[in-house]
Amino acid sequence: MDVTASQALHPAEASLPPVPARTPSRGVGDRIFALAAHSAGYFVLILLGSIIVLLFWGGLPAFRAFGPGFLASAAWNPVTERFGALVSVYGTIVSSVLALMMAVPLAFGVAFFLTELAPGWMRRPVGTAIELLAAVPSIIYGMWGFFVLAPAIGHTIKPFLSSTLGQVPGLAVFRAAPGDASIFTASVVLAIMIIPFIAATMRDVFLTVPVIFKESAFGLGCTSWEVMRSIVLPYTRASVVGGIMLGLGRALGETMAVTFVIGNTNRISPSLFAPGNTIASLVALEFPEAEGGSLQLSSLLALGFLLFVISFVVLAISRTLLVQRVRH
Amino acid sequence: MDATLQAAGAGHLRTATALRRRRRRTDRMARLLAWLATLVALAFLASILVTLLYLGVPGLKPAVFTTVTKAPGSGGGLANAIVGSLVQTGLGTLVGTPIGIMVGTYLAEYAGTSALGNAVRFVSDILLSAPSILIGLFIYQVLVSPLGGFSGWAGAAALAILVIPIVVRTTEDMLRLIPISLREASIALGAPRWRTIVFICYRAALDGLLTGVLLAMARVAGETAPLLFTSLGNSDYSGLGSAMSSVPVTIYQYAASAFDDWVQLAWTGALLITLGVLAINVAARFFIRRR
Amino acid sequence: MSQAVEQAVDQGSAPASARPATRPPAQCKLSIRRLDFFYGANRALKGIDLDLPERQVTGMIGPSGCGKSTLLRVLNRMYDLYPGQRAEGEVLMEGMNILASTVDLNALRSRIGMVFQKPTPFPMSIFDNIAFGVKLHERLSRAEMAERVEWSLTRAALWGEVRDRLASPASGLSGGQQQRLCIARTIATRPEIILLDEPTSALDPISTLKIEELIDELKRDFTIAIVTHNMQQAARCADQVAFFYLGELVEVGQAGDIFTNPKQKRTQEYVTGRFG
Repeated sequence: MDVTASQALHPAEASLPPVPARTPSRGVGDRIFALAAHSAGYFVLILLGSIIVLLFWGGLPAFRAFGPGFLASAAWNPVTERFGALVSVYGTIVSSVLALMMAVPLAFGVAFFLTELAPGWMRRPVGTAIELLAAVPSIIYGMWGFFVLAPAIGHTIKPFLSSTLGQVPGLAVFRAAPGDASIFTASVVLAIMIIPFIAATMRDVFLTVPVIFKESAFGLGCTSWEVMRSIVLPYTRASVVGGIMLGLGRALGETMAVTFVIGNTNRISPSLFAPGNTIASLVALEFPEAEGGSLQLSSLLALGFLLFVISFVVLAISRTLLVQRVRH
Repeated sequence: MDATLQAAGAGHLRTATALRRRRRRTDRMARLLAWLATLVALAFLASILVTLLYLGVPGLKPAVFTTVTKAPGSGGGLANAIVGSLVQTGLGTLVGTPIGIMVGTYLAEYAGTSALGNAVRFVSDILLSAPSILIGLFIYQVLVSPLGGFSGWAGAAALAILVIPIVVRTTEDMLRLIPISLREASIALGAPRWRTIVFICYRAALDGLLTGVLLAMARVAGETAPLLFTSLGNSDYSGLGSAMSSVPVTIYQYAASAFDDWVQLAWTGALLITLGVLAINVAARFFIRRR
Repeated sequence: MSQAVEQAVDQGSAPASARPATRPPAQCKLSIRRLDFFYGANRALKGIDLDLPERQVTGMIGPSGCGKSTLLRVLNRMYDLYPGQRAEGEVLMEGMNILASTVDLNALRSRIGMVFQKPTPFPMSIFDNIAFGVKLHERLSRAEMAERVEWSLTRAALWGEVRDRLASPASGLSGGQQQRLCIARTIATRPEIILLDEPTSALDPISTLKIEELIDELKRDFTIAIVTHNMQQAARCADQVAFFYLGELVEVGQAGDIFTNPKQKRTQEYVTGRFG
């Protein structure tokens, strides 16, 4: 104690404090921590594996009962226990692709605006607002779509399109159908929901273009649009497609918003303004009512497995395209 | 001779001007469309918020927070749904966060570009965007069907699985931002790797990690589909062992009902959950900005 | 090791005026023998033989990419963090080869401290920055820790500037102060050797001067190796200077000899500024 007191008084002149027995570190903590980290990594792999296996396992009775015909059958009848995936797969793909066609131009416009056009003070608040659009829970989109958007479409776009394009022979897809709930309405809701995902990805990849490329193009006298079209877009093409695929992946599995506005009818209609269903909406609607162990339940799980396979492929492509950019 | 030169020059300038005018027109059109696209996107957000406020605020009474859901016409509230949402979201975040942080740590600190690391990264990204309804089906198969009933535990488990990939992504990204020199400085003092990670890297990345957790929480707080097959809903307060109510599922059940007071409750619930989720999102961005 | 430390204690406690002349015939603290180093297949150090004399400053000079920093990172096994990097040969510290796979790296690094090019303050308070390193190796009471922090900050010539704000974040210090904090953090664990990797390259001239004075003061107790690009700095600080070129140790000798009377032509060209 005396020694320490004197050291405290004149620390500068104090000698080195006595060397302690260094606590031997046998690396136990390191080994435990590394083990925990690796286990967590394996856990994620096992998690995805079990999801695939259990969905397939649950759908197996349906695959067995209907064989490959499950995919081709448009039936969905719990009374006669005849089930098929055709209608909901059709609805899923059509509504998502249609949504993509509407969302991509808008999302591109937003990304162009945010990276090249917006005044500095605007970028952050507008960017945040677009991101908040992605944060709104999907059930809210469902309610809003059901109470606000669907009637609005029913009063404006539907009469307009059906009285013009719908009259053209061969364009039956635009022919009017009764009711506001339709595949078209679902696509519009989906489009709004995926705009922020696509726009945010596009914005981020646009920002990866080296400033020097853009500056040299501006230096040649290019306009903003010309820089976007001939420098930025070619440079980021793969990632832009990746971002679009990401939006598609989101749209395919969206459940609550679609369930509210698609009309939930198991029928393929030639008109986009007619109701339909998607895999996710059908599962959400019927699963809580299906009896445990029934063929209906199994068919729903089989649909879930199909949805998983479709989303997996789309998301895998998206990710591959997006990762390439990061590597450059 | 001068005159011909001048004429040639003027002609050249004239065509250049015409070209320039066309280019400028195209550019102006593209800019205009981009502005419009942004305005349209913002208009959708505004429309949603205005609708929620317009239809949700009138139902915002104390009873919403103090009364449980009741039969139509008997003045019920959302108290049990709010409690159920808080419990399931809280528990899901609590369980999912440590797993997500460990996976993110594995990816940033141990995996490098190994095959296993790339596989984990890939799978985590797939989980991040996979349809949440499938997570509900999965938990139904694992917890609900074998154990013979819907439960708050199952709901929380589904939400935890949704939390994991979000936290993984932010954790890996944030840890990668920590300069190597900081790690080396700690190692050079004789710190073991785990101490360096826990006491230096986590600490330096704390704002970012917190942001990830908040974003994950906001995301799962509004989830409906995965709860439909796991905790289902309950008309009263309930423990985690039995079916448990939540705000999103109650909204889903009430919104399309034929009873005005239920529809009103659905809108009020929608307002509450949206404001809550957006508030957490804004708070999370505040943390990022502070860095 | 304990013997060496006792000597250090004796020396350290002696009044400054009674310090031995600048260059006592020193014992060798660390011996590098036939050291090769590889980044994958690329051989970055070729057959290095070098002794670090105890309680002297060894300056390492040479053009960029010649292996100076690599050598420092071998001495505390920092390269172990990165797969594909390996060292061959021997580095002997009191007869023990520190390149052996059986060496406890954490204990080794507590004996051989390192300060980096850029200041690396940890994201915590000034006090905790120093306590972090100490806690790794010793269990101290609160009072002992406070005393150790003061001691190390005093030795690093920083105490007077930070004594009133030990609890504030270290990131609030200036660059020069941060670097002295890093030195304080390193000496607080009481290493025997301190490795300095261009410690002043990110600092202004006044801060550089302070660090150089500090090095002069620290060599009373510690064996120091410093990598520098600044020839004047090597001349001012170092007792012994080693000149590296393309992964080879070209020449080593007393600082005065290297700068005024180098034996090798390449050394002469470098120190007179004709290349590098």
